[in-house]
Amino acid sequence: MSDTQQHKIASFVRKDMLPPSNAPAGNVGFVRWVRENLFSGPFNTILTVVLLFCIWYVVSGFLGWALRSAWYAESLTECREIIAARYGEGTHGACWAVIRDRFLQLLYGFYPSELYWRINLSFVLLLVALAPILFTAIPRKMLWFSAIYPFLGYWLLWGGSIWGPVMVVAGFALGGLAFKYVGDAFGALLGTIAAAAVPIIWWLLLAGPVAGAIDGLIPIGITEVESSKFGGFSLSVIIGVSGIVCSLPLGILLALGRQSNLFIVRSICIGYIEFIRGVPLITLLFVASTLLNYFMPPGTNFDIILRVVIMVTLFASAYMAEVIRGGLAALPKGQYEGADSLGLNYWQAQRLIVMPQALKISIPNIVSTFIGLFKDTVLVSIIGLLDPLGLSNAIRADAAWNGIVWELYAFIAFMFFIFCFSMSRYSIYLENKLKTDHR
Amino acid sequence: MAAISDESEPTFRLSMLIYDTRYRSLTIQAVALLGFLLGIGWLISNAAQNLADLGKPLGFGFLANPAGYDINQRLIEYNSQSSHARAALVGLLNTLLVAVLGCILATVIGVVVGVLRLSKNWLIAKVMTVYVETFRNVPVLLWIVFAMAIFIETLPQPRDFRGDDPAASMWLWDSVAFTNRGFYIPMPQFGAGSIVVVVGFLASLVGIWAYRRYARKKQEATGEISPVFWVSVGLFFVPAILLQLIMGSPITLQYPELAGFNFRGGIYMRNSLIALWLALSFYTAAFIAEIVRAGILSVSKGQTEAASALGIRPSRTMRLVILPQALRVIIPPLISNYLNLTKNSSLAIAVGYMDITGTLGGITLNQTGREMETLLLLMLCYLCISLTVSFIMNWYNESIKLRER
Repeated sequence: MSDTQQHKIASFVRKDMLPPSNAPAGNVGFVRWVRENLFSGPFNTILTVVLLFCIWYVVSGFLGWALRSAWYAESLTECREIIAARYGEGTHGACWAVIRDRFLQLLYGFYPSELYWRINLSFVLLLVALAPILFTAIPRKMLWFSAIYPFLGYWLLWGGSIWGPVMVVAGFALGGLAFKYVGDAFGALLGTIAAAAVPIIWWLLLAGPVAGAIDGLIPIGITEVESSKFGGFSLSVIIGVSGIVCSLPLGILLALGRQSNLFIVRSICIGYIEFIRGVPLITLLFVASTLLNYFMPPGTNFDIILRVVIMVTLFASAYMAEVIRGGLAALPKGQYEGADSLGLNYWQAQRLIVMPQALKISIPNIVSTFIGLFKDTVLVSIIGLLDPLGLSNAIRADAAWNGIVWELYAFIAFMFFIFCFSMSRYSIYLENKLKTDHR
Repeated sequence: MAAISDESEPTFRLSMLIYDTRYRSLTIQAVALLGFLLGIGWLISNAAQNLADLGKPLGFGFLANPAGYDINQRLIEYNSQSSHARAALVGLLNTLLVAVLGCILATVIGVVVGVLRLSKNWLIAKVMTVYVETFRNVPVLLWIVFAMAIFIETLPQPRDFRGDDPAASMWLWDSVAFTNRGFYIPMPQFGAGSIVVVVGFLASLVGIWAYRRYARKKQEATGEISPVFWVSVGLFFVPAILLQLIMGSPITLQYPELAGFNFRGGIYMRNSLIALWLALSFYTAAFIAEIVRAGILSVSKGQTEAASALGIRPSRTMRLVILPQALRVIIPPLISNYLNLTKNSSLAIAVGYMDITGTLGGITLNQTGREMETLLLLMLCYLCISLTVSFIMNWYNESIKLRER
């Protein structure tokens, strides 16, 4: 009964589904994205329009200046004539000719042009030396090259007899031998003392005469280049890289010292770190330029770049120590206890268990410290070294380029931006790669 | 029992200093201390020897001598006959001036940019990202000299304002002049009776504070929300303006005027100060923006959702729910950025702003040749600033620490 009634009432029953229709045109794809992200309300609409206008204003102004430019000229006046002839009187255009003219100088400073290959080679080798540290897939044997590189790089850059750097390396080798043989014969303690004492005696007393003697017999050497010839971006990279490389071991020691439960060691480390972090780098550079020689035995006078590198290293090591301390603090306590339960002593535990993990955690921050340090190398222009900013003043002092400002600053800023930005991207990439928590 | 303990009573041997963990830490510390003192002693004896050889033994007497140089920007009375110590003090105040100004501006820009980077408007988020990346990845010294170059190269000279058809004109109804020597802005002049206006203004500030307290008490007691913002704004402006009118305008503005080849009157802000201030602020603001962004992102989304479940408006959610929790994450790195700004202000030397690095570490050092003393004092000054700020920071961190259970 009810069945038949229903049939009567429901005179129409759809048998097949309607095909799904497309979303409204304003609600899909690009249009939807624009509506949601740019014009989602009256306030956002106004903001977008105003911003678009500002962007157009800035970009068109900048591009108008940057593109209406002269690339081939010998002086600023010639540049202006070319721009006036090409784009009409009164046009403000960039004189990129100064960059073309002084490009090599901005890269290499006053380094002799026939020796540029040495700087290039040392940077290529630097990449080779860094590769096994940055990428774990490279054979571990390559680390030997990384260990030798600092001396090789120094010799390539500054030149002179090869026997000086070789004798310095020989000091390390002697230390290792002393540790091995004295340690085997008289115990680990005396071995350590010997490993510390033998190289120092070697470097202070014997290395110089021996190097001189061998050099007299077998003179192997390349042209010596004075420190005053260094400049440009290569100087920034030299100071930045040697600062960061030297500060890493020092920073590790300081971080361990700060974490240690030996009161005196900890106090010394905290005092040092807080002192360095409390003063601006420029005061330390003043120390490098005026004061550092006072603290050495009378008569010592060492090279300005070396002095700057020493102060930059001391500066960076305090920041590095804090970065590594952060990594140490992030390690779960179980790792330390695990090392203790395996019966490892302090240094074994640090070397095999704690440091590999702590350093891995702190790599992104180490990279940012390096970026900061690299940017800070510009400060050496204040104490008279010819880094890019210092060179820009020197270039402006030339009669041909007197009065040029924006092109040089823009170029220097651009180079720093490229370098620092790619480094920061690399550190973000590392952070993601090293992230082992599965959140 | 006694016999056993007697037997295990250790007889002290010298080798235990090294091999017994009970004594080893003492040995290590003693050796470290000895090495440290020897190192310091070696450095000091070298320095003393070298300084004696040069005939300038350590001494701070030179600080009392007349400095003999002028400082173009000073907050306290100073002339070239004043002592080196006074010159250093002038420099220290200039450092603090630019540091405080910079911290304020950097915070304002940084917070705005940090919030805007999280905006739903794609364009503004991208523009802010570009700003942050550009400023963070270029050295601050470059920004400082760049800002200085902008002022020197693009702004008009004071003489351009002269004549019937001047090449440049003043802004804001002839009250502000931007020249390549610096900015001239009106200076308030306090005439007779202005004390009434000032006291009235201070009283209205107290009134604002009292009203806000009252409003909060009322809200806590009855749940009724009083209009705080507009009442505060009204209390801030209205009584002071009324008093000013009633007393017959005792506080007047002295406008800068063109006199000869330069402006006279008003407050003169040197272009070196402004370049340094703006460059430091914009540079540091890029870092602060990232901190603010990270802080806001660190507050879990559940908090926002809970707030909207309670029916709190979005604007209030930010102010009452998210920011208080984000501040706990934001404040410590923010303070260390303030410290960085203060330390970076030492780059003033590049644009000729006479901060303490320029006076004590610059001209005084060069004139007296006392590198050791001046640099020690210079470091000490910065160290004092840093330690004071980190002391405040630790105190603050302690006071806002989450108290769990």
